[in-house]
Amino acid sequence: MNVMSRIDVVPRTAEITVAGECAVCDPSGALFLPADGLLVVSDLHLEKGSSYARRGSFLPPYDTLATLHRLGAVIAHYRPSMVVSLGDSFHDGGGAGRMPEAFREHLLGLMSGREWFWVAGNHDPAPPEGLPGRWIDELALGSLVFRHEPTSGVEGEIAGHLHPGARIVRRGRSVRRACFACDGSRLIMPAFGSLTGALNVLDRAFAGLFLHEALTAYMMGKDRVYPISADLLRPA
Amino acid sequence: MNEETNTSGEISALLPASFQAWFAARGWTPRPHQIDLLTRTREGRSVLLIAPTGAGKTLAGFLPSLTDLAGRKRPKPGERRRGVHTLYISPLKALAVDIQRNLSQPVGEMGLDIRIETRTGDTPSHKRQRQKHLPPDILLTTPEQLALLIASPDAERFFADLKYIVLDELHSLVTSKRGQLLALGLARLRRLAPETTSIGLSATVAEPEALRRWLVAQDRPGTMADVVTVAGGAKPEITILETDERVPWSGHSARYAIPAVYEAIKRHRMTLLFVNTRSQAELLFRELWHINEENLAIALHHGSLDVGQRRRVEKAMETNSLSAIVATSTLDLGIDWGDVDLVVHVGAPKGASRLAQRIGRSNHRMDEPSRAILVPANRFEVMECRAALEANYLGAQDTPPLGEGALDVLAQHIWGRACAGPFDEDEFYAEVVSAEPYAGLDRATFGRVVEFVATGGYALKTYERYARIRRTKDGLWRISHPSVAQQYRLNVGTIIEAPMLAVRLVRRRGSLGSSRGGKMLGQVEKYFLESLAPGDTFLFSGRVLRFEGIRENECFVTSAAGQDAMVPSYEGGKFPLSTYLAKEVRGMLADPARWRALPEPVADWLRIQQEKSILPQEKDLLVETFPQADRFYMVAYPFEGRLAHQTLGMLLTRRLERAGARPLGFVATDYSLAIWSLGDMGGMIRRGELPLSRLFDEDMLGDDLETWLADSWLLKRTFRSCAVISGLIEKRHPGREKTGRQVTVSADLIYDVLRGHEPDHILLQATWRDAATGLLDIARLGEMLSRTRGRIVHKDLEQISPLAVPVMLEIGKEPVAGSANESLLGEAAETLIEEAMGSA
Repeated sequence: MNVMSRIDVVPRTAEITVAGECAVCDPSGALFLPADGLLVVSDLHLEKGSSYARRGSFLPPYDTLATLHRLGAVIAHYRPSMVVSLGDSFHDGGGAGRMPEAFREHLLGLMSGREWFWVAGNHDPAPPEGLPGRWIDELALGSLVFRHEPTSGVEGEIAGHLHPGARIVRRGRSVRRACFACDGSRLIMPAFGSLTGALNVLDRAFAGLFLHEALTAYMMGKDRVYPISADLLRPA
Repeated sequence: MNEETNTSGEISALLPASFQAWFAARGWTPRPHQIDLLTRTREGRSVLLIAPTGAGKTLAGFLPSLTDLAGRKRPKPGERRRGVHTLYISPLKALAVDIQRNLSQPVGEMGLDIRIETRTGDTPSHKRQRQKHLPPDILLTTPEQLALLIASPDAERFFADLKYIVLDELHSLVTSKRGQLLALGLARLRRLAPETTSIGLSATVAEPEALRRWLVAQDRPGTMADVVTVAGGAKPEITILETDERVPWSGHSARYAIPAVYEAIKRHRMTLLFVNTRSQAELLFRELWHINEENLAIALHHGSLDVGQRRRVEKAMETNSLSAIVATSTLDLGIDWGDVDLVVHVGAPKGASRLAQRIGRSNHRMDEPSRAILVPANRFEVMECRAALEANYLGAQDTPPLGEGALDVLAQHIWGRACAGPFDEDEFYAEVVSAEPYAGLDRATFGRVVEFVATGGYALKTYERYARIRRTKDGLWRISHPSVAQQYRLNVGTIIEAPMLAVRLVRRRGSLGSSRGGKMLGQVEKYFLESLAPGDTFLFSGRVLRFEGIRENECFVTSAAGQDAMVPSYEGGKFPLSTYLAKEVRGMLADPARWRALPEPVADWLRIQQEKSILPQEKDLLVETFPQADRFYMVAYPFEGRLAHQTLGMLLTRRLERAGARPLGFVATDYSLAIWSLGDMGGMIRRGELPLSRLFDEDMLGDDLETWLADSWLLKRTFRSCAVISGLIEKRHPGREKTGRQVTVSADLIYDVLRGHEPDHILLQATWRDAATGLLDIARLGEMLSRTRGRIVHKDLEQISPLAVPVMLEIGKEPVAGSANESLLGEAAETLIEEAMGSA
């Protein structure tokens, strides 16, 4: 078999099971639960650029638009009936208020015709100003519970907050990517925002959250998700 | 200029009695160039002094200010405090400190009342404060400190009395962004003190006109400073190392030459050994100690080592207690270093002017010849050394051309200007274009950079209310808040270093948890350390170290004495083959008569090449194709340096892909480029399916380049440094970084967002320009493609040619360039699948 045909049969997404529920990791960084028609995105950090600009660092004012474009594409693909934004949807409490009108319209367009949940995050502890959608602390669905910050010892938790990323080394080269981190009973979502960095899953911040032997990092490639087992991962 | 004796009348008119007495007491007479320079500066003319090392350059540079200061009246009581009289700027902190010592001696001996002080990054803040209130007569400093001084609200008072600016090692300063920032600072100083005279001190350069323009305001284009040239002293005695050992085909270690080099060290008082990279320095140092039966004091010195260790080596050198020092470019500048009587240069000299600099180091007395030995590490380097040697005798030296001023540097300068006080945009534009690197800057671009400093300069204007600088009703730009000045001070400078990790030597292997304390060995690039796995061994700081792991900003290692270093050490500092030397090497290759000067095995190698394949004419481009194992290879020999070859390799593989040749990878050296593929490229060329003239057509520098670059890490790396220099993102301050979560937003992410939504943003333009001249060497590639148009010679071979052996040996040693990251991820995932499926 030649290389090309092998690549063709490799799926672009990765299917996983969390506490018995099936979900699909999309290379965009979104999670889709087909049984519920539910799309989950985490840590959008909208208006991060303008948040920095207030302190004199003029990051491009296009981060919100870039994130919404990607969100729009993934919504168009899965056509979810429900969307959960898993906290830190805005980079700070004033983010929704600062959002330029055109971006707000864009977001409203994505929200219309589906149920939308804003989960509270540490960056946005209050509901976003002037936006529809339900404001919640956490959401339980079947055997799963969705909240922003992971808590220890909970089965079936899907959380965000930590921006997991992973690093591998092959042939003297180091590759670093954001990832879904999952050990079968817990899943931590990658940050979806266009200006959000990643923290290595082997960092102390993740201590106690995963059963190491069962941990898989679903690293995000250009248009594919790569499942990488824990023993191949490198710190920092 | 002839070194004629000066008439005593001339001297006594120019030199105060105390100076004449001082010269006489030493049995010296002022040298003609010193008097010449003094005469010209007295007439208010700026001067470029070109002189070889040891010609009394420093004293010449300071004579105008010393004599002027000596004749100055004591200040009357109640008189306004005087500002700085003379500003001296050097590229190195150490040089400023050195000059202070060298100047204090004559000043003390002549009993002159002149205060000389240094101001560098190491100067304590209370001393800086004092200097501002009570400026010294002569201030010795660096370009970064000058930027800070002129950005201060009291710059006007501080520099009001400035008479002279002395710029040391000008040839090495002007070619970088540092030099561009300095040029802008100089333009500022000329406004603050219009009577100022500039004195540039430089080693011999190919095009002094560029430096002469650089020194003076370009209000009228092409205005130049005067020039005083001192003819070189005795010709250096340079030889290429002779050994009975065979010169290797490839590689950079020069291991074969170690015994002969050791013998040379034994025969001299003090030897300086120069290499091109830090890894070469580590390796050479280790190999020398391996055979150091006589226990000679051989030391190691390079920029990554711990400062304390470097200072100890420098001290030992001054006191002549060393036999030899292995060093990289950190020792490259004109510092006075004891009694060196031999310079050994290992590896390719990469450019004749660098070579001349290094040879100049040997033996500072101008009238005695310097001794130097060149040690080529492989066969192509033999030819390069030969070419460099001939170039040195011919005096044909090249420094890189002075580039056009970069826009990120300009942004930083504009920000600093606003910190000093309100400015008028048009007036300031006139000042900026008076600086030589910015003479061609158009008004509209300048305006865009001002906007960039103010609010980021985006087409989508949403940051107006957060502006850093604002135009007020009177039409002047002002900073909007004092914190803007504070932020500027933390981010000044143009030297963006690769992220480094401190290397700490600990006792216990394995666990990082309990590792406390341990000796600091120095700093190593993060990207290198990240490619190591625990247990890997590498060379650093003269020892073999075992990598244990990384925690926060430190890398932990244990001693692995007695083991071999497994991982070829990190690079650090590579210089491309200079255009001039490349031409010489091509010429040598084409002319069998010149092979007589080469060692027999090398000449032999070329003869066999001629027999089995061909040797290209000087202006031709040779392309060979041949099969090897189950692959097909194409090797091209442009001799344009590794950077240009890498760019060429990227572009050619894209084209070969489209042509259906199924390329798999490529590797580039300074001399040639090898591409391998599944398709038979030789056959395709033969059958006319792959015309070489199409493949190597210059139009590859158009769309192909654009598409490839958009995603290239090269461009991202360049963007990062532009973003930091221009003040878009904040500089990282070692030791002050927060751990864990990143505080700064990754430049790569910013790049992606910006490119997606405003591809012609001013900072992306700046990035593109930088990359084109720097990492990609596009200009050089373009020249090569146009030079070889219609002159490509193809040789289809049954097997590898002798000339192709060196680059073929590099395959597998060098990581394959390109965006292979995805396939690495794929491989890693594959491993997992194989495991799961239970296959072998």
